[in-house]
Amino acid sequence: MSEMDDIIKEFLVESNDNLDQLDAGLVELEKDPYSNELLGSIFRAIHTVKGTSGVLGFPKLEAVAHGGENLLSKLRDGQLRLNTEITTGLLRMVDAIREILGSIENSGSEGETDFSAVGTMLNDLLQQELANANQTAATESRLLGEILAEKLKVPQDAIDAALIQQKSGDLRRIGEILVEQGHVPPQAVLEALKTQAETGTQVSGSTIRVDVGLLDKLMNLVGELVLARNQVLQFTATRKETAFQGTAQRLNLITTELQEGVMKTRMQPIGSVWHKFPRVVRDLALQFGKQVRIEMEGSETELDKTIIEAIKDPLTHVIRNAIDHGIELPATRTASGKPAEGRLTLRAFHEGGQVNIEVADDGGGIRLDPLKQKAIESGQITPEQAARMSEREALNLIFLPGLSTAAKVTNVSGRGVGMDVVKTNIEKIGGMVDVQSVPGAGTTLKIKIPLTLAIIPALIATSGGERFAIPQVSLLELVLLEGEEAEKGIESIHGAPVYRLRGHLLPLVYLNQLLRLGEQKRSGTINIVVLQADDRQFGLVVDEINDTEEIVVKPLGKQLKGISCFAGATIMGDGQVALILDVLGIAQTANVVTEVRERAGSDSAALRTDRAAGRDAWLVCQVAGSRRMAIPLAVVSRLEEIAASSVERSGNHLVVQYRGQIMQLLDVAAHLNLGKCAPAETLQVIVYQHEGHCVGLLVDQILDIVEQSAVVEREPTEGGLIGSAVIQERVTDLLNIQAMAGMRPLAEVR
Amino acid sequence: MAQSQQFCTFFLDDLFLGVEVEKVQEVIRHQETTRVPLAPAVIGGLINLRGQIVTAINLRRRLELPPRKGSEAPMNVVVRTDDGAVSLLVDEIGDVVEVEPADFERPPDTLQGEARELIGGAFKLKGRLLLLLDAERALRAA
Repeated sequence: MSEMDDIIKEFLVESNDNLDQLDAGLVELEKDPYSNELLGSIFRAIHTVKGTSGVLGFPKLEAVAHGGENLLSKLRDGQLRLNTEITTGLLRMVDAIREILGSIENSGSEGETDFSAVGTMLNDLLQQELANANQTAATESRLLGEILAEKLKVPQDAIDAALIQQKSGDLRRIGEILVEQGHVPPQAVLEALKTQAETGTQVSGSTIRVDVGLLDKLMNLVGELVLARNQVLQFTATRKETAFQGTAQRLNLITTELQEGVMKTRMQPIGSVWHKFPRVVRDLALQFGKQVRIEMEGSETELDKTIIEAIKDPLTHVIRNAIDHGIELPATRTASGKPAEGRLTLRAFHEGGQVNIEVADDGGGIRLDPLKQKAIESGQITPEQAARMSEREALNLIFLPGLSTAAKVTNVSGRGVGMDVVKTNIEKIGGMVDVQSVPGAGTTLKIKIPLTLAIIPALIATSGGERFAIPQVSLLELVLLEGEEAEKGIESIHGAPVYRLRGHLLPLVYLNQLLRLGEQKRSGTINIVVLQADDRQFGLVVDEINDTEEIVVKPLGKQLKGISCFAGATIMGDGQVALILDVLGIAQTANVVTEVRERAGSDSAALRTDRAAGRDAWLVCQVAGSRRMAIPLAVVSRLEEIAASSVERSGNHLVVQYRGQIMQLLDVAAHLNLGKCAPAETLQVIVYQHEGHCVGLLVDQILDIVEQSAVVEREPTEGGLIGSAVIQERVTDLLNIQAMAGMRPLAEVR
Repeated sequence: MAQSQQFCTFFLDDLFLGVEVEKVQEVIRHQETTRVPLAPAVIGGLINLRGQIVTAINLRRRLELPPRKGSEAPMNVVVRTDDGAVSLLVDEIGDVVEVEPADFERPPDTLQGEARELIGGAFKLKGRLLLLLDAERALRAA
């Protein structure tokens, strides 16, 4: 029986493929009902299913497929014209077939469900046009017979006999009759049917199925081969024999190509997920009484198999949402001057080592107020937070768990489970989700995911005697400080090291300190790796920058999952293991993003919202004992501590000699009429440029550098202020330093 | 069902420990390890096992034993788990020993500390005790 089991297994796999084709083909056909090519391929697909199920003895399946085939043959012969009813009928047939196949797969039998209704429905459809079914059937049978005769040397008279038998009222397929009569083994008929189905299909037979586990194993082995190759190459350097060198060179090339080839085996076009969507869209649109056209761009974009698997469900969900909530009813659309047919666009493209997927609809967009209202009602945000939210932040509320703005719960969406899961799933594979919406014009959901989880280009750097791989995706540039630069280039804001990168202060993180490794190597040079953690930049100081390499990412064991600084590990050319840095994790551990985390708590949705919202960096200082003031960090050129004794007077100005110039000092407290700067031996001075001169602001204390969007909430009550904002959850005055520099010194103002 | 069991044995300090032989994937000599910063102390590092990255557990630390004297490198007992292979760093490898379930006894209550969690019991062999190491627990980094 095992031979039979194998045949059935193969039949299942093949039929499922055929059904996928059918789904896509039928929806396509609806748009282009006169395409003979499409009709032909659909017909062949269903014909193969029917023929095979007859041979294997699945009567229900055969009956259902037969009904569909009859209908299709009429379409193919031009006796019927495709309409929505017929398409729906055929799609229902596909579903029925799928169900039966599922049952066969699970239990080995067709199951108890009665599918005769489907057959009846198909028949009723067929009744719309009287047709001569026998003729078509005979044509096919003769074809099958021909193939069998040619391939297996089945005697022509046996086939003729079978045909005659069939004509004289035997309703079975010709293959069955032949099998029964013992002329051919069932497998041969299967083969013949396959040949029959393949005739005319352009690309088939050029692919085989391979177990993914096997591919993974191959990949591991290739990795090992690469290591061995590297060792051989090192060995080559010490040898002089030309023959040996030549061989080593060839080994090198072949290994590289083999590696690339094996990598490619894991890549699949995103179209393999998308091809399901036309059907989904069609069904949903019908269900909601909407008209939706789906457009796809870039379906050939390739992605790693594991990622393809991971995005399948989230994408389906997003599409459902777009149709249910996004696209309006035809009447509404026409009323607002849009075409009745809504458009759903799927777009995929490569960009910067990542794959971008966009799902855009031209529907009503997301209305923010109801969304905020829901979020407040469900207790996820406070009314104050809602009021303070930027548009972008508010839009991202859709990713909160348990939030649905659907007016009523449908069986498709509105249960409040969804977008948060979409987000979690995408983030699980290292991706990002963002949403943009224009009320009345539509919503676009943008997903960014890594091309592959398996191989990434990385920069190899050394710190504290250990090697680390830094993913290139996050790498912006490398800065090398030498000589005097190395000594003086790094400045400090109250203990936090910064470097001036083209006029902007770049916070620095010492990798060896962060990871509690050994001391920084004293070499007279400083290597800064400028990294991007979302929209934030920081400099990672390492001992040495070695090389860039394509590395194979391997996951860390669960014992190490808790360490957010590492994204995985890889094996280097010498066979040693090196850890891969998780740039975002590093940024968080190093408190580059700490304020945001405090504010947003564990809610990563808010975290991302904030980052995405284009935030400013603020230097927060303390003035007049208790007032918190903030200055845009971008305008600050330097922070200095000067001795109180070095302050001199020039007219009404307080001045200090600074870098060979006379720098005017402004006592912020005095200027704002808040008293005077607290007396101290060393004064804290914020230096900035005003009209080509350095100006120093005297403050009590530098508190912090904060990155967040500050919304001015209170109008200025004092000159020299822009207003107030909440920074780090405390009311902070925003200094208008340009206006302040223009102010006359206090004495004159009075 | 008194069926004899096989144990892969190894030494740690003066402890004679064993893990069910089915759970052991392989035993290999010392491998270069890459240390993992910020990891719990029991993590001995990462090793390259033919292209597979395997976490090594410092079993001495796990059992709260003092660090090994001398410079001899530890051996790896690679154990299969549901989440892939994990290596136990041990002092020395012993033989595969066959034991009878009848010889098994639970550890006395006087056994305290981490060891209480990790040592499931002892097989009374001739002249010495073979301690049964609960590999799953040992691999759960404290």
